[in-house]
Amino acid sequence: MSSWVLFLTVFLACTVEAVEALTIILAAGTSRHWGSALQGTGAALVALAATVAVLGPAVSLIPINALRLVVGALLLVFGLQWLRKAVMRGSGYKALHDETAAFAEEVEAARAAATGGRGAVRDWYAFTLSFKGTFLEGLEVAFIVVTFGNNQKNVPVAALGALAAVVLVAAVGIAVRAPLAKVPENTMKFVVGTMLTAFGVFWATEGTGAHWPGSDTSLLALVPAVALIALGYTAVLRRSNPAVKNSVGTPAGAPVEGSLT
Amino acid sequence: MTLLRNFARFWYDFVVGDDWQVALGVVLALAACYGLVQGGVNAWWLPPVAVVLLLGLSLLRVVRTARRG
Repeated sequence: MSSWVLFLTVFLACTVEAVEALTIILAAGTSRHWGSALQGTGAALVALAATVAVLGPAVSLIPINALRLVVGALLLVFGLQWLRKAVMRGSGYKALHDETAAFAEEVEAARAAATGGRGAVRDWYAFTLSFKGTFLEGLEVAFIVVTFGNNQKNVPVAALGALAAVVLVAAVGIAVRAPLAKVPENTMKFVVGTMLTAFGVFWATEGTGAHWPGSDTSLLALVPAVALIALGYTAVLRRSNPAVKNSVGTPAGAPVEGSLT
Repeated sequence: MTLLRNFARFWYDFVVGDDWQVALGVVLALAACYGLVQGGVNAWWLPPVAVVLLLGLSLLRVVRTARRG
């Protein structure tokens, strides 16, 4: 795996999660209290950094075959979850992820929640909402950074990919102060799901002691094969979905059925 | 107790997700692959076949639920 592929995989995964976290932080900040929302984000980033600091060295101590088996299995389960959602969205069985709608829902829930602070935090709801959003979205990325980085013996490049994504999303978020609805999130999820599944199956298989024909070069076949299988499932499900068949007249850009973008 | 349950719930959701059968299928496929390798068979082909089947079956469950609902 080249450094660029490692960088790009982590960058895409991190961008998707950062966009979702940004939506939650914006909802907490605009509808409740910006200071508390930013305190929650900061606390979550510290908690994430601590998790990575503990997890990173611990992971590097595990023997490589055991690491590949466990990490590969976990990546495979994550990857299949991402792919399944991407296929469902691409075939119209699930609404495309819409950050504008997600933002509206979060704002409504935040406005309805009780007010009140604790200690240095003026608005506890805004704090916990931001904390949970940032921590939960960040945990999966932290796992990807640590596992991909350790497996490829290149944690700095993986960390750089994550950092670049967070900085980019945060900068754009600060500039527009609105949910990043135009990011092709569903397509990115499809790509990341494909990469997680392909690398998961590759590493987990090696972890069992089996050997791929062609060793590392088999990944060159594995990644497009996973993508084709997922696209094939999407096409089959789209064809059999009555909701898609009946939506021929749906205006372009409608946030439900259609493409992965 | 609630804290412990929430902690366990969080990790279950994080690792297993919303289709536990996929997670179980992955574990069983890798266990079978390991068993075959120990028996002298280079079963590299088994996990990819499992991926195709597990994804397909998981999608089938979603479609059936959607059509019923």
